[in-house]
Amino acid sequence: MSAVAARIRPDQNPQAVTDHPAQATITMSAVNKWYGKMHVLRDIDLRVNKGEHLVLCGPSGSGKSTLIRCINALEEIQSGTIEVNGNVLGRKGAKVDHIRRDVGMVFQQFNLFPHLTVLQNCMLAPRRIHRATEAEARDKAMHFLEQVHIAEHGHKYPAQLSGGQQQRVAIARALCMGPQVMLFDEPTSALDPEMVKEVLDTMIGLADQGITMICVTHEMGFARAVAHRVIFMDRGEIIESAPPSEFFGAPKHERTRAFLGQILNH
Amino acid sequence: MIRTFGLPEIQFILEGAKWTILMSLAAFIFGGALGLLVALARTSAIRPLRVAAACYIQIFQGTPLLVQLFAVYFGLPLLGVNVELWLAVVTGLALHASGFLGEIWRGSIEAVPRGQTEAARALGLGYFARIRDVVLPQALRISLPATVGFMVNLVKGTAVAALLGLTEMTRSAQLMSNITFEPLKVYASVGLFYFIICLPLTLCSARLEKRLNAQG
Ligand SMILES: Nc1ncnc2c1ncn2[C@@H]1O[C@H](COP(=O)(O)OP(=O)(O)O)[C@@H](O)[C@H]1O
Ligand SMILES: [Mg+2]
Repeated sequence: MSAVAARIRPDQNPQAVTDHPAQATITMSAVNKWYGKMHVLRDIDLRVNKGEHLVLCGPSGSGKSTLIRCINALEEIQSGTIEVNGNVLGRKGAKVDHIRRDVGMVFQQFNLFPHLTVLQNCMLAPRRIHRATEAEARDKAMHFLEQVHIAEHGHKYPAQLSGGQQQRVAIARALCMGPQVMLFDEPTSALDPEMVKEVLDTMIGLADQGITMICVTHEMGFARAVAHRVIFMDRGEIIESAPPSEFFGAPKHERTRAFLGQILNH
Repeated sequence: MIRTFGLPEIQFILEGAKWTILMSLAAFIFGGALGLLVALARTSAIRPLRVAAACYIQIFQGTPLLVQLFAVYFGLPLLGVNVELWLAVVTGLALHASGFLGEIWRGSIEAVPRGQTEAARALGLGYFARIRDVVLPQALRISLPATVGFMVNLVKGTAVAALLGLTEMTRSAQLMSNITFEPLKVYASVGLFYFIICLPLTLCSARLEKRLNAQG
């Protein structure tokens, strides 16, 4: 990803963002999750500040997807607490749907609704949840479709688009709900190589607007360019968490080094 | 006196056809509505609902339609509900249809990829919106061939109402055959009428399927 890697952000100063504990958007404390007997998240402690961009990496099966899916309650946790924008998840009566409205998610497989056009995909949630009028929802959808440079395909069905285009629609669809946090679960892993850049560029544009982002990805160029912190997970644990320069330049843990060795010299 | 198989006899059979069509329609509408609830219960996150729906489906799939109709016809009066024959038959057919459609639609709902509901949940859509706007439209498309197949069977299945004494199309044909001694002509006509009743179903579904497939 030369275009991404070449991007330089002189103003980037991770400390400036992470030093304000009052601004925490997401707080996970001692979170544990099991699938049957399998312990997939082990005592996860994680704070994500407002406007922070986090990249999450680690071997396949290490629990990255599970971790971010817990944040919008797609998965239940067995112990610990997760707080999102002041709402505590997992308690009885937690307003799960409210939390989900603040948190947008983009999936590896896009998951666009195949029976709806691009525009309808983007309008559905605002129409149903914000009770937006047809015109309001359409304006908003067009706004975000323009932002991801796909407005001219608004009338098409997802199957008529390329993977990269579908993923950009998925990003626009999530943005239409006005989320404060965006979660990305390997958004470029299912794409043909020539489409990876258009999606990463869209995500970089989003990062520049200051939205809080947690992104599971192995695109290390992207991590260097936009992440304030890179987190390495292995076997359900957070092993290392550091700003990209430190993470890539001087990883502390043997497992991190082994992992970076694998993905950087494949 | 032996009558020939002429216009009045055909009219008599068409009178019976009216019953066949009305019973089929009513059974499909009420059975469909109930079947949707059964399918939703069967795929619900609430275990007792799932179990109850599974038993319900099992009962209606595991017993013959005729037995179900008799059970309703003779069972309702035992419960203190006296109904006319046609109402008992329609109730029986609707219950029967709800069990089968419930099972067909359960399968289609489960065939909608998991990622679809997940994406809908991630957007904050509640259960009702997820079902109505995301799951059911896709399940409908998947279920279309099986649903139409069942509807065609339901139309033909209304013939068992003759055994309870309701003069629908097959029973009318029997009567006409008895007085004309021309069973071949009579039953050939009736076969044609059933075919004509079922034809629009098949044609409509083919068109609908084509339209849905245009979405890619
Ligand atoms: N629904 C599930 N049921 C049982 N095990 C699961 C389920 N989802 C994930 N797992 C297991 O949990 C572990 C973590 O999975 P996941 O979070 O998807 O890892 P990653 O995204 O890092 O590849 C894996 O061992 C995986 O097999
Ligand atoms: Mg994963």
